[in-house]
Amino acid sequence: MTTTHESPRSELRRRPKGAASPAAPFPPARVRTRRRERVRSGLIAWGFIAPIAIYLVVFYAYPLYRNLDLSLRDYTLRSFIDGTAEFVGLDNYVAVIQSSTFAPAFANTAIFTLVSIAFQFAIGLALAVFFYRRFPLAATLRALFLVPWLLPLLVSASIWAWMLNSESGIVNAALAVVGIPQVNWLTSPQWAMVSVLIANIWIGIPFNLVILYSGLQNIPEEIYEAAALDGASGWQRFWRITFPLLRPVSAITLLLGLVYTLKVFDIIWIMTRGGPGDASATFAIWSYRLGFGSGSPDLSPAAAVANLLILVAFVFGFAYIRTQRKAVAR
Amino acid sequence: MITRNTSARTAVALLLTTAVVGALAACSSTPAAGSDTYTLWDPYPDRDATSTWAVAIDACATDLGITIERNSGNTGDTVKDLTTAASNLPDIAMVDNPKVSTLADAGLLTTAEENGLDTSSISENILSAGEIDGEIYGVPVGANTLGLYYNPEVLDAAGVDIATVTDYASLTAALEQVVAAGSKGITFSAVGTEEGSFQFLPWFWGAGADLTELDSPEAVAALELWTGWVTDGLAPNSVISNTQGTSWDEFLTGEYGFAENGSWFKGAADEAGYLSIQVPGIDGGSAPAPTGGEFIAIPVQKDTSRYATSAKIVECLSAGSAGATALGYIAPTEAGVEAQLAADPTLEFWASAVADAKPRTADNLGIKYPVISEQLYTAVQNALSGSASPADALAAAQAAAVEKLK
Repeated sequence: MTTTHESPRSELRRRPKGAASPAAPFPPARVRTRRRERVRSGLIAWGFIAPIAIYLVVFYAYPLYRNLDLSLRDYTLRSFIDGTAEFVGLDNYVAVIQSSTFAPAFANTAIFTLVSIAFQFAIGLALAVFFYRRFPLAATLRALFLVPWLLPLLVSASIWAWMLNSESGIVNAALAVVGIPQVNWLTSPQWAMVSVLIANIWIGIPFNLVILYSGLQNIPEEIYEAAALDGASGWQRFWRITFPLLRPVSAITLLLGLVYTLKVFDIIWIMTRGGPGDASATFAIWSYRLGFGSGSPDLSPAAAVANLLILVAFVFGFAYIRTQRKAVAR
Repeated sequence: MITRNTSARTAVALLLTTAVVGALAACSSTPAAGSDTYTLWDPYPDRDATSTWAVAIDACATDLGITIERNSGNTGDTVKDLTTAASNLPDIAMVDNPKVSTLADAGLLTTAEENGLDTSSISENILSAGEIDGEIYGVPVGANTLGLYYNPEVLDAAGVDIATVTDYASLTAALEQVVAAGSKGITFSAVGTEEGSFQFLPWFWGAGADLTELDSPEAVAALELWTGWVTDGLAPNSVISNTQGTSWDEFLTGEYGFAENGSWFKGAADEAGYLSIQVPGIDGGSAPAPTGGEFIAIPVQKDTSRYATSAKIVECLSAGSAGATALGYIAPTEAGVEAQLAADPTLEFWASAVADAKPRTADNLGIKYPVISEQLYTAVQNALSGSASPADALAAAQAAAVEKLK
């Protein structure tokens, strides 16, 4: 774009900075320049924020909005073609909550999450404390404990499914040696949940171990020395020093573990498909079953279930932030 | 200097922004209209460009003087993929036959009348899976079905004569004899997915039950048969989580007398020396097994002039036996079956089994089938795992299906 017309703006822009010295002859113009500078630096700031802002909107805000929208409409396959879906308000949520699957799925999700986290945290903490005392081969052993983390979930879950197979699994073979009759790990309503819990706890231990271990290293050595001088026993040192000082790290570990476990899908799907019946179906499994599991996709109820999950995770995240604030205020 | 710096920074920031926006805009591209390249989606990612299937497609492309671009995805994802691609559908899509009615109902597929497809030579019983209210939404590339494989060695050792296995009672007696001789009885797949319903249907239909009435005494009798096998140790408990593939692996151990499985394992069965019979009916005769296999459908296009060539591609792939043989299916036309039998007379058994088979969406169930099937496999799971009696499980399934179809 080339014009011979000189706008007052471009004239201003070309004015050398040095000219706007304290003895500048045009005070009003200087004020305008300042404001322009401010606007421009604001624009620059937005320019820098834009990529991440666009990224967040496109990949986080919009999908969340779509999921919400989906759950408030009656979306069928036909909706994809003609783009129309009737707005039904909270009907999908009501249907989901009144469904006969809701109560078992809710109970399963609660049991799966709480039991998983309790064991993962307890075992992870025990191992972290154990490895904190340096001894030969500690690093090697610690590395071995990380293996479950490195394996793709598909691999871990498939191997657990093989090991727990009723007829040909190694677990039942081992139990048979000590005279325990066949346990139908994956195919009986009593054991299916236990089986997926065992697998999930095994997978979650390394995560807890790593974070808690790094938390332990931030506790000053002197405190332990002082406690040792005062004659504190190992048990007392753990409950009076390690545990309280690990509280912030523990809180974030538990929160992450919670969000992580709430949405676990792959392990359960591969091992039991949420079955037999609904015996190991959590909200995540239920949502998938509704949306993609059968030949008739119920996308709107599936979105409603998924939103309930997001809501639960959100509530816990919020509770975490509040307790953190309180801790800081104290 | 400061001025130059800030303007440089502005430029970088703006550049990044446009790059992001540009990249997003580039995601939605459309194929050139009126091109000679036709797209075909199939669910066979395990068949690469050198497979007989790909060769069969290429042969059709050469015959018609066009290019066919093949795109393979996972079977389970076809419905999802097609619906999300609604504005940019392939020229030809191959979908599992019980899903044809769902996709047709959504308005994704064209009828034979619209696209000019000639379906007159296709066997009526296989074709009916693609027929809704008199309109035909595609043709089968071929069909497979289920049968009852048996291991002659195990049966001989147990002293079972396969000729005596003619109904449910004699089959159960044969299983008891096999188990008494120290082998294992029967393996099948009762997994909590469509596969579970597929495997249960021969017994369900064989007992005279109807999918519109899941809690009928006939249906209960069929489920009691399966449940009895599991509780009496005639079938392993793992059937509850077995897919058809894992069930076949169990059978291949050579420890089992019987296995219910599909015609697609014929090659492996021949190699291992296993034979097969049709699933018997409750009081004799043979039960109708469900047909499996994909339909070739022509999704809706903006440029309707493409249908004529698409229809020719579909006719090329379904006529004769090249396509069906490449996929291990029985051909959908009489002429195709004859050609297959001439090449391999051992297909005789499966050819007649397919001729007796029945599509899952038949009896004008159409889009109701997936809803009913979900309840059916859930009932099977609940009964086999012992969480409910067969009668209670089926009663709950019927109530849930009725509720959902309201």
